[in-house]
Amino acid sequence: MNESAQSSPHGRAALADENAVVAFRSVSIEFVLPVLRDVSFSVAPGETRILLGPAGVGKSVLLKLTNGLLRPDSGDIRLFGEEIARAPEEMLFPLRTRTGMVFQEGALFDSLTIRDNVGYQLIAEHTPDEEIDHRVHESLRFVGLEETFDLFPGSLSGGMRRRVAIARALIHDPELLLYDSPTGGLDPVTSTTIIELIMKQRDVRRTPSILVTHRLQDAFTLCTHRFDPGQGRMTSLPQGQSDAGTTFLMLEEGRLIFDGSLHELVHSEIPFVREFLE
Amino acid sequence: MAIPLIEKTARNFVFTVQDYSIFAWQALMNLFRPPVYWTEFLLQSDIIGVGSTTIVLLSGFFTGGVLALQSAATLSAFGATGVTGRFVSLTMIRELGPVLTGIMVSGRNASSMASELGSMVVTEQIDAMRALGVDPLRRLVTPRLYACIAMLFFLTIIADFCGILGGAFVTKFMNNLNGTQYFSEAWEFLRASDITQGLIKPLFSGFIIASVGCFNGMRTTGGTEGVGRSTIQAVVWASILIIFVDFLLTQVMLTIFR
Repeated sequence: MNESAQSSPHGRAALADENAVVAFRSVSIEFVLPVLRDVSFSVAPGETRILLGPAGVGKSVLLKLTNGLLRPDSGDIRLFGEEIARAPEEMLFPLRTRTGMVFQEGALFDSLTIRDNVGYQLIAEHTPDEEIDHRVHESLRFVGLEETFDLFPGSLSGGMRRRVAIARALIHDPELLLYDSPTGGLDPVTSTTIIELIMKQRDVRRTPSILVTHRLQDAFTLCTHRFDPGQGRMTSLPQGQSDAGTTFLMLEEGRLIFDGSLHELVHSEIPFVREFLE
Repeated sequence: MAIPLIEKTARNFVFTVQDYSIFAWQALMNLFRPPVYWTEFLLQSDIIGVGSTTIVLLSGFFTGGVLALQSAATLSAFGATGVTGRFVSLTMIRELGPVLTGIMVSGRNASSMASELGSMVVTEQIDAMRALGVDPLRRLVTPRLYACIAMLFFLTIIADFCGILGGAFVTKFMNNLNGTQYFSEAWEFLRASDITQGLIKPLFSGFIIASVGCFNGMRTTGGTEGVGRSTIQAVVWASILIIFVDFLLTQVMLTIFR
């Protein structure tokens, strides 16, 4: 990690935090070419980490390392305090049920109805049908798509599929949420709807999360707004204020070059950060 | 230039065989550790078993018919057309029934397993399943493996039966020979060892079809083009392995049942 990432007060505090939900220590991975090199950071309870970087820099790989879908070549990864970098796959399944993940294109099971997609985890746990129906309705209501209960993913638009994917990730009340470019390829209106849902989850349920994106506008919206449960929509924070629990990470060519708050990000002197922001 | 290429190819081949062996072993052993997805097993049995019945029935019938036509033409030179029934039933039950059923089901199901699982891999559905705490090997592969083994056993019996019927049809209505003598020959010279040989082979073929199909599907890379590549590889390797294992099993069983 470079000087900026190490010297960030936030980064030091997080690294020292033994109660971190996720902690990466010197993690490296390569697929023929190096993808991530010596990456260290952590996610504290209730914290939202926005992972920025250009396409192909290893953001999705980092997310998949977080819940053990990929294994690092070196370094340690702790999820809910358990070392997962070298744990057997069978040990990871119960840990993964405590996380929720939203994939780039939604990754809904196209042969199953929306009800079975959203309730997949509950079906696997042999939860009674009535309870599955109830919780699926509740989860779909959260993303505003209750009417899609009996439909198949093929009949939904791209934005609706992402929202269903969010409902699927939320149904089990996860202790950590991983969003992989949830607004990628969507129109601005749909993107704002998705960001509002992520904000709602952050501000209402205080679920820690890692959000991968290369859209600065989405990242800044998350920082400068909060969800107002009274009004049922997001509202701007006063000028100059930002959400203290929402912080940034930035990758460049597989290295973590920035770890800090919105204020630190916009005032960073790192050339790549400046270039990315401009 | 050539030596590093050969070395790389050989190394890849060894790693692939190693990965396949681990994959197939884990899929087999999953039956003995919960959870076992019995509903998925029944669904796959329906897709593989009931879905393949028509092609197995027709291919069995016409293979038996061709055997009767060819054998009668050759046997007539020795005045031995009466043993056509014996020839058809033994050939179908010991060899052609199991192998043809394996090849036909491989073309239909190894390809569908590879393309279905391959599509799931490239659209991140397999990763999504893992992220939801469900083991894809246990949920998708093990039910297909056991369903394929069980269904191939019954499909082979159907193919054998239809083959003998096809032979009878040709013998009676095209070669104008005695149908009763055909069935009598077909039945009388059949031994328990012949039936045992014929019914052990489909267990191996079923294992090969499902494991090769699923293995290639789960290793898919490179988007939709990769799915097509996996499908071709699954059918090619499953067909080759079925014939190769049939050769080995025939050798072993001829020694055992001598």
